[in-house]
Amino acid sequence: MKLRDTLHLSLSSVVSYRTRSLLIVLAMALGVAAVVVLTALGDGARRYVVGKFSSIGTNLIIVLPGRAETAGGFPGAVLAQTPRDLTLEDARFVGQLSQVKRYAPLNVGVVELAAASRLREVTVLGSTADLLPIRHMNLAQGSFLAQGAEYSAQIILGATLAQEFFPHGNVVGQRVRLGDRRFLVSGVLAVQGESMGFNSDELVIIPIDHAQALFNTASLFRILVEARSRSDIVSAKEAIRDTLKRRHDGEDDVTVITQDAVLATFDRILRALTLGVAGIAAISLAVAGILVMNVMLVAVSQRTSEIGLLKAIGAPSADIRLLFFAEALWLSLAGAVLGFVLGQFGSLLIRLVYPQLPAWPPVWASIAGVTIAFVTGILASLLPAARAAQLDPVKALAGR
Amino acid sequence: MIHLTAITRVFRMGDQDVRALSGINLEIASGEYVSIMGPSGSGKTTLLNVLGLLDRPNSGRYELDGRDVTDLSETEQACVRREKIGFVFQSFHLVPRLTAAENIELPLILAGIAPTERKARVDEALLGFDLRDRAQHRPAELSGGQRQRVAIARATILRPTALLADEPTGNLDHHIGAEVMALLEGLHHAGTTLILVTHDRELGARAHRHIAMRDGEIVADEK
Repeated sequence: MKLRDTLHLSLSSVVSYRTRSLLIVLAMALGVAAVVVLTALGDGARRYVVGKFSSIGTNLIIVLPGRAETAGGFPGAVLAQTPRDLTLEDARFVGQLSQVKRYAPLNVGVVELAAASRLREVTVLGSTADLLPIRHMNLAQGSFLAQGAEYSAQIILGATLAQEFFPHGNVVGQRVRLGDRRFLVSGVLAVQGESMGFNSDELVIIPIDHAQALFNTASLFRILVEARSRSDIVSAKEAIRDTLKRRHDGEDDVTVITQDAVLATFDRILRALTLGVAGIAAISLAVAGILVMNVMLVAVSQRTSEIGLLKAIGAPSADIRLLFFAEALWLSLAGAVLGFVLGQFGSLLIRLVYPQLPAWPPVWASIAGVTIAFVTGILASLLPAARAAQLDPVKALAGR
Repeated sequence: MIHLTAITRVFRMGDQDVRALSGINLEIASGEYVSIMGPSGSGKTTLLNVLGLLDRPNSGRYELDGRDVTDLSETEQACVRREKIGFVFQSFHLVPRLTAAENIELPLILAGIAPTERKARVDEALLGFDLRDRAQHRPAELSGGQRQRVAIARATILRPTALLADEPTGNLDHHIGAEVMALLEGLHHAGTTLILVTHDRELGARAHRHIAMRDGEIVADEK
């Protein structure tokens, strides 16, 4: 029998047993669609988190005082105490390294903000002009802390604060009181929302010297450093550690985190998660495969006399095997295609309902889903096809 | 054409051996019209199955057209069946989802014949068996006589040398049965060897040679 005729005959059989075929195709399709949609969700979550992380800066290195090391003490004391604080002078030395493009020392505290007869506690960031480009922040009004003007009492308000304290606009140039000090509003941050635990719409930024005076401290909370390029990150990290070690009398008492390392960790975790959900979805494909096998076995027993007839009129076992094999091929093909379409449609629905989640199914997942459907369908047909081919023609003709 | 020597076929039924054919020696010349008769369980259908290469004997030798076909492989037997033997069954054995024309076409598809030639030969058969207006009907939409005509058309579409008919009129009324027999005998007149298994004496008497079987043995062979 020619291949074309085998495919045609098997297709006519698939079409004529409509309900049976539809059920198999649907089972297959749901399996494939589950793989596509779940991986789209997993990968979307990965892209969302990585995107959020990337948005806090480019080639970012974060320097923390203290050293992550194993130390005696209560659980949770991850960073052991250090006798030396990070200082502004440390930050300046770091800023002079050749691999460093810009840096921003950082102090954080919570202080009462008062203006226009309103009052509330706010998170205060003390930093320098370079914080804006390092953290990818944007201004809605006015100007940021002027370069080299650390001593002037400027304040930048988050978008929500600006709206709450000065609902009629006209924020720039207004005077506010922060703790016991007076500041002049020089700018308002653009709406940015919450990112990495900070809601930049509800914080204020003041020059680092004022922050240190306000919090009565000479130490820094963090130093944010931007390396010149991605390839400089590793050497910059080493150089920062060496510089600070030298400045701290040879004691390696700072922790240097790179954004890349954090990103890579998240990327790995979420990739593993995506693979995990894809694996779970693939199990449903295996279940569909068993359904295909079951239905094909029933089909063989229902069509025993037809198989007997085909043998009587001269079909060799190989042709019979191929016919059933081709039927499974058609069913798998239809299931895979329908599943792919359903999966794409499901992912589109998720993107429409949650626009912030980039739930695009990865290409590998679509290919894997369709391939697994195909392979499962074909594997599941091997046993029924072999059983059909082995039927004794005399018994088969008698319907036994 | 057909030459059987000491053919034995034993079936295992539970813990008992049943001899369906016991040392059958038989020779059938090309173009003969033979009826095989006997009571139920006499072995006539088993003999027909062995003749049609649907069943293998446990021992003995079967020559068809001068070739020993006893120990051919499954694929070779299928090929011989396709080229030399046509089957007509009591219950027609048509594929229910295929139309009359498609049922007739099946052996041509199995033989790997090109679609254009297939169509020409199926059209010719439909015409020859007076089925042109039923070509696109499925078996369920055909009468018993029409179904058997489709089955005979299918059995003869590859022009076999032997036509094996197992109770071909068993499911038909007398009048339609006579029509079907006339059709089969017409094929015999055209040169086909016709071997008819029946337990209908009247039908068997129409053949030119009558073989009677009992308990797996040939007890009479008369011309």
